[in-house]
Amino acid sequence: MADLSVKLCGVTLKNPIIAASGTFGFGREYEQMYPLSTLGGISTKGTTLEERAGNPPPRIAETPSGMLNSVGLQNPGVEAFIKHEIPHLRKSDTVIISNIAGSTLEDYCKIVERLDSEDVDMIEVNISCPNVKAGGAAFGTSCESAAAVTKAVRKYTTKPLVIKLSPNVTDIASIAKAVEAEGADAVSLINTLLGMRIDIQTGRPILRNNVGGLSGPAVFPVAVRMVWQVKNAVKIPVIGMGGVAKWQDVIEMMMAGADAVQVGAALFSDPFLPGKLVEGIEKYLDSRSIGSISEIVGTVKPW
Amino acid sequence: MAYTQGLYPIVSKTASAKEIYDITVLCPEIARQAQWGQFVHVKAEGFFLRRPISICEADPDKGTIRLVYEVRGEGTKELSKLHEGDLIDIMGPLGKGFTTLSKDSRAIVIGGGIGTPPLMEGAKYYGENATAIIGFRSANAVILEEDYRRTGAKTLLATDDGTKGTHGFVTTLLEQELEAGKPDIIYACGPKPMLKAVAEMAAANGIRCQVSLEERMGCGIGACLVCACKTKRPDGSETHSHVCKDGPVFEAEEVVF
Repeated sequence: MADLSVKLCGVTLKNPIIAASGTFGFGREYEQMYPLSTLGGISTKGTTLEERAGNPPPRIAETPSGMLNSVGLQNPGVEAFIKHEIPHLRKSDTVIISNIAGSTLEDYCKIVERLDSEDVDMIEVNISCPNVKAGGAAFGTSCESAAAVTKAVRKYTTKPLVIKLSPNVTDIASIAKAVEAEGADAVSLINTLLGMRIDIQTGRPILRNNVGGLSGPAVFPVAVRMVWQVKNAVKIPVIGMGGVAKWQDVIEMMMAGADAVQVGAALFSDPFLPGKLVEGIEKYLDSRSIGSISEIVGTVKPW
Repeated sequence: MAYTQGLYPIVSKTASAKEIYDITVLCPEIARQAQWGQFVHVKAEGFFLRRPISICEADPDKGTIRLVYEVRGEGTKELSKLHEGDLIDIMGPLGKGFTTLSKDSRAIVIGGGIGTPPLMEGAKYYGENATAIIGFRSANAVILEEDYRRTGAKTLLATDDGTKGTHGFVTTLLEQELEAGKPDIIYACGPKPMLKAVAEMAAANGIRCQVSLEERMGCGIGACLVCACKTKRPDGSETHSHVCKDGPVFEAEEVVF
């Protein structure tokens, strides 16, 4: 039997499958269907300093092979996360990656400082949020502001720091290099691609927020390409995500350079997907007599 | 709450009205657990997201559930192509159903259009102690009329264009019923303006009212938070609840219409 475990910035995951932030809540719902220990890790619902009510509905629109969402970071706030969710998650044998978001540099710093002393294994920083003090452009869309967030939060934690990159940029590799230079321990990508759909009967956008993030199999090739480009640009671990819907996608994403893989939107269609992915990759490795999943990382042989 | 997901055979299928289909599915696990007002999340081949469809009837003895659904878009159109004997990918039962009072309570169930199916088990439960008020756009859109009559509930029908039953909205019939006597509870499902009007009438008469809401949905189990609806907390502050997990049934007084 192949060794499925992977090591990310000193943290060992029993397998490379991680539930992606925003699609898995804090695990309580999926736990009714299978043990959370099925997963190598869970990236928890994006948490902000204060509770957020999120955007008005509709917050979801279907697309060819995917979906748009604009939840608007509805979450109970970091204190509720610490008090109610961490102790509960800790009962399961899985790695906790605390996904966080903010609207200002100060917010990011405060929440990272607050989590530094808490029992989470890693902190994943969502930098695709608008910087309200700089005209609303997302932190993650320029090397300077992505680096600035990383540099700022780095001072407040010794925990492994994962920067989650936005794909809505012209050169994602340069952003990855910029956050690596400021002390990021790993990068995860891709966040959703900005999209829009319009109801042609009413002339109104389907999402109440007009625009939203595209995910699902539609974005998979874009994600594979970006993971490959980033892997070639940095030395730190890369967590790949974006449209993974079957075990073959996990292998493909890892060959492109992902050290671990997050799975998100596909859970809505098949909630039992994580277990199937683990089983599929194990069989693949065994059938090829590959001893460890880590051996396939970055093995794509480009022309 | 345990959810079940799998492929189940369709044991019967009929067309109920224009673009409305009525299927019975053999899925004993779901039939055993289902409460009225709950829904199942159905996969349409070739589409990314599942479609929430309310459970019309559940028969634990036969192990079947009945789903009555309308073709609203491409996904439900695909579902309409399934026939008797085909397998359908269903997850459920999901959500919070209606609250049932003692059988001798007086209840009004009030449904508009495709909001009529999820109230069927309520009419069956209360039987002669229930009044079922059902409304449709037009005579060719009427569904489940005979089914409601068979429950023993006093069944009143309205159509928007007057082509069948009373000419007008279900709220006109509700008003007449309330004048004749107040029930212990009102259950409503249908378009939002109808629910708002029913909730207001119930509140004005001091009658408990539960409404079943609808919203574009993702995971169906409360994890992704897309199917938000505005609700009031006990202290009066507003928040976003989620139709799939906190609902689809809510106390009408909690809902901010």
